[in-house]
Order: sequence, then C-alpha cells, then structure tokens
Amino acid sequence: MTTSIERRNALYGNDVACYERMVEIREFEKITNAFFAAGSIRGTTHLAVGQEALALGIASTLKPTDVLAGTYRSHAIALALGLTPHSVLGEIMGKATGCCGGVGGSMHMCDTSVGLLPTSAIIGGGMPIAAGAALAFQVQKSKNVSVALFGDGATNIGAFHESLNLAAIWKLPVIFICDNNIYGEYSRIDKTTPIDDLHNRAESYAMPHMAIDGMDIHAVRKGLVEAVERARSGNGPTFIEAKTYRFSGHSRADQALYRPAGELEKWQKRDPLLVTEQDLIERKLITQEAIDSIKSRAEVELGVLAQQVEKDPEPDLSAMFSNIYTPKKVVK
Amino acid sequence: MTAMRVRQAIVAALADEMRADENVIFFGEDVAEAEGPFKTSEGILEEFGPVRVRDTPISEMGFTGAAVGAAMMGLKPVVEIMFIEFLGVALDQVVTEGAKMRYLSNGTLSVPMTIRASVGSGLGFGCQHSQTLEHWFASTPGLKVVMPSDAQSAYSLLRAAIQDPDPVVVLEPRILYAERGEVETGKIAEIGKAVMRETGSEITIVALGHMVNVAQDAIQAAGVSADLIDLQTIIPWDREAVLTSVKKTGRLIVVEEAPLSGGWGSEIVATVSAQLFSSLKSAPFRITTPDVPVPFNGGLEARYAPTSKDVARQIKYALSQGGVPEPWWVVEGVSR
Repeated sequence: MTTSIERRNALYGNDVACYERMVEIREFEKITNAFFAAGSIRGTTHLAVGQEALALGIASTLKPTDVLAGTYRSHAIALALGLTPHSVLGEIMGKATGCCGGVGGSMHMCDTSVGLLPTSAIIGGGMPIAAGAALAFQVQKSKNVSVALFGDGATNIGAFHESLNLAAIWKLPVIFICDNNIYGEYSRIDKTTPIDDLHNRAESYAMPHMAIDGMDIHAVRKGLVEAVERARSGNGPTFIEAKTYRFSGHSRADQALYRPAGELEKWQKRDPLLVTEQDLIERKLITQEAIDSIKSRAEVELGVLAQQVEKDPEPDLSAMFSNIYTPKKVVK
Repeated sequence: MTAMRVRQAIVAALADEMRADENVIFFGEDVAEAEGPFKTSEGILEEFGPVRVRDTPISEMGFTGAAVGAAMMGLKPVVEIMFIEFLGVALDQVVTEGAKMRYLSNGTLSVPMTIRASVGSGLGFGCQHSQTLEHWFASTPGLKVVMPSDAQSAYSLLRAAIQDPDPVVVLEPRILYAERGEVETGKIAEIGKAVMRETGSEITIVALGHMVNVAQDAIQAAGVSADLIDLQTIIPWDREAVLTSVKKTGRLIVVEEAPLSGGWGSEIVATVSAQLFSSLKSAPFRITTPDVPVPFNGGLEARYAPTSKDVARQIKYALSQGGVPEPWWVVEGVSR
C-alpha cells in the first residue's frame, strides 16, 4: 500500500505525475459529489473542483517537512500533499480508515507525515496557527516553512489581519496563500470586499506580495519558490494571491444560482486540467492518448476504491472518547 | 393557528417585528439575497429592502460589534450567526462590550440587540459546527439567553427577544429547522418564563431546546407521570417554575445537550439541592453528553446527545432504585 509520503515524493520533478494527481482530485470530487447526492455521506461537503493546479503547485514545491494549515475546502490539497484517496474518502464517509479515524468528517483533513495540520472549519481559523508554526521553526532554527491556505472570504476576518501583522513584525517563515476563487460562501467578492486585488492588503503590513494565476501550476510554483526562498533564508513572510475560480457551489446545499451568466463558462476555459494538458502536450511530455488513459484509469480506480470504502468498518464507540487529552504515560 | 416549519416561524417572527417597528434591522452572512443558509430569512429582503436587510462580509466581530453600536444609538439590530461557533471571534463584542454597556453608562444606554445562532448536533457537521455552547453566555450578567424547542417557541421567543431592551442571544437547535408545528402568530413569550410541556406527579424533568422533545418521548417510553419543564430561558431561568414542581414531585432530572462538565443544568441542580434539600426524595441529577467533542461518524454522533431511550432508562432507574444511574458510557464500559 502506497503511503502518503511516497505519494508526495512521486510529485517532485515530475509534471506528468502532478497532472495525474490533478485528474485524481477531479475524479475524486465527482465521486464525493455523487455520494452526497445519493445520501451515502452525511453532513456537508465543500468541493475543490477547479483548484487542482494551486494544490499541486503547493505540494510539488513545499517539502514534506514544511507544514500547511488549510480550510474546510481541503480535499484537493490533502490529496495533493499525499494523503491517499482511501484515507480522504474514508474520513468524508466517517469510516475508521479515514485520516481522522472517522470522527472529523469532510471538513477535517490531517496527516502530519506530509505536513498537513488539521484543517479548520472556521473562516481564518488556520491563519494564526500557521504563523505560530512558523514561530516554532524560527525559534528552533529550522529551515522549514509554514503555509496558511485560505479563501478570499477570510481576508475580511480579524484573524487575517492579526496574523499578517504578527508575521511581518516577527519576520516569520510563513507564506500566506489566498485562494481567491471569487466567492465567499454564497456572496460574490464585490459584495463583501471593496478591492479586487486582495494581495494589496499585505502592503499595509510591509509584506512582499504578488498575484499569480492559480489555474497554472507553473505560475503557482514560480511565485511559491520565491516566497519559500525568502522564508527559508530568514527574510520573513510573503503574501500570494492565487486567482482561481470555484467551479462548484459553496457546499452541498448550494447550487450557485447567483453566478452571473457566462462566468463559469469563461473560467472553464481556464480549467487547470485543460491548461496543464495543453502545456504537457506542447512540451511533448504526454500524448492525447495518454491523457485519455490517465482519465479512464483514475475513474476506474477511484470507482473501485469508493466501493471498498463503503464497506470499510465504522469507528468503534471508543473512538468517541479517544484523543481528547494526551494519554498518561504508562510507568513500568 | 398556522402550521409552519420552525424556520418559517423564525421568518414570521422577524417579519412581524420588522413590520411593527422600523428600528428593527437585520444582517448576517448570506441572509439577504440568499435568504439564509438555513432559509431562516425567506422574503425578508424583498419585503423590507436593502437598507434594513443586509448581507455582511465574513466578519463576525465587525458586524456583531456594529449591532452593539447601532443598538446603543436606538436601532434594534438582529444579527444571524450561521453556526454558533462563528461567534467565537465576536465573543468580546457580546460578552465584554455589549453586555456591559448599560452598566458602564450609569444606566443611560441600552443595547436592544438580538443574536440568532444555529446550534446543536445530529446533522453530521463535525465537531466545529455542532456544539451548543450555552455556557459561553450563561455566566455573563447583562445577557439573556433563550432556546426554542418547537415552532411556537421559535416564533414567540424571537419576538420577545427583539422587543427586549437588553441583548438577547437566541440559540436555535438546527435539527429543528425543518420540523413542523402549529403557531399562534402574535403570541409573544415572556423571557425568563418556562413552559410546562407535560404535568405529572412522580418526577420533574427540566430540559431545553431539542432535549425537550427527547425528554417527552422518554417520559412516554418510561410510562411515568412527570412534570416536563421546557426551560426556554437559561438566563434568567425560571426558578419559581422549577422549585414549585420539584416541591411537588421530590425528584429532578435535567436533560442537556452539552458536555457533562460545566453545563447549565449544574446550576439548576445546585439551586434545587440547596433550596429543597429536606423535601427531596432522591438526589437530583443531570443527563448530558459525555465530555467529548461532537464526533462526525453517524453511529457515534447518534450516541452523543442524550437519546429518548437512554433518558427513559435513567428515569426508570431513578424511580425504581431511588439513586442516581450511571451514564451510558459507564454502563457500557466505554469510558469512565
């Protein structure tokens, strides 16, 4: 069985592997959506369709010893960082095989072996935590960096501003990546935020900032490499605004009927899978036949996996009482 | 009487108050154009317009604090907090600012604001979206805290909350939004006044929110004669109703959808024990959730909040053995 770290290591220096992982994420979210529609998953879910390039750009640039604090929309980043589809789907379905043993659910991904800190269901909740992780790296004189990955909606919450300010004055090795997919829950950004270019908010914290094309893995890597370099060399935080688009509604309950006509179609032309396919074909790293076979293989493999996960064991009653406090050491 | 769902009763109460008083304004995340993530503001923007009904950014501290300020200047703001957990970042504005303004203005300022928030477990939203968190507010003098248990109380308590001159937190059990009930519109609750859901002689059961319904099923299942008190207000809670009932029955059980440690029911049990000690037939006790976060898995979450089956078991034990039963997790040997 492939481990998270093996899946992570497979990405480095291998653009085709990154593309395959993007396809995996896309197919995975199709299954998640279908399971929800069929009622075999309870609660809520937040799909990350359209955000695959950002996830893979991050995963193929950060080291597994770097850490990332994410959000309730974390299926893509979890799979990209290396979590197996089994552990992610298991968690979404509340199975004992899930990455959180089935007690977390769709919004709560975690695997410390590849640097994924528990993702937060609270807007902005992970941002001070990412700054704190970076503080630890600074104190410990480690070369690791920390990433806060959050949405555009989070830029209006207090934790955003406090984290940026703290990171700036303490020169913390943290990178703030804003996944600006234009929608905060059910509201388009222009209704909640008076500016379009959110990275400009970093200016008032004297923090280097940039906007990148979040639909293009190369653009993501280029921006992130610069930021990581700055952080690892002790020169403090960077703010990156990745321009992306949320192809799905906010959550299962949301059909996104509020989108302006034509907006989704316009962004679908910049679908990160399409952009990556064109790039790989141009660079002769892949053929159309290979693309087709990657897609059909992912569909088949994930379909088989989904059936398997449905049959996975439910967590034992004791799981409800576990991991609340650190167990006392047994003295022999 | 009109049949409506709990969420529709909330809409009706808000609309009635907005019609009656133009100082009532309403805002929150996706409450205007999208009419609320739980459809608790359907038609409100359309009827009352964008000056009085507003979508906010995801800025709970900002807009909850703005409600405090607007209330001090004479408006009656109603804010919606989608999940009670989202109020965490705004607790300062509620607990430390809003609740203290009358005190710190030598009684010259009022804060007639209402905070509505959805609470509770049972729907698979995971541990950061399923808590009830009454105790965040229950020890804050200056706040009033209410929780409806059905469509009528959802309507009547919200109207009372909006009319109240002080800040009121309305905690709405999310699991009840789709439940139907008969509602007498125009009927306004009295904050601080409990409602007798059932009357009987053998035992007094005090519950709040959805646990009132659970307790009612349990009383039926146990086949006992009980006073079931729907507390409805946590602060200030109805001492008279509870003490009068326990004087009659000599026994008390409190049913809470909150962790064993630190729950509001401790206050009820402590008061009853102190005031009615010599007339009690057995020790009052609480039925609560275990001291654990709300688990996501459906099978586990179904065991989290007290169930009618387990409440019935504990009622029967109390009446037959006269003592305090162990919680299910001890009986089943899962935890201590």
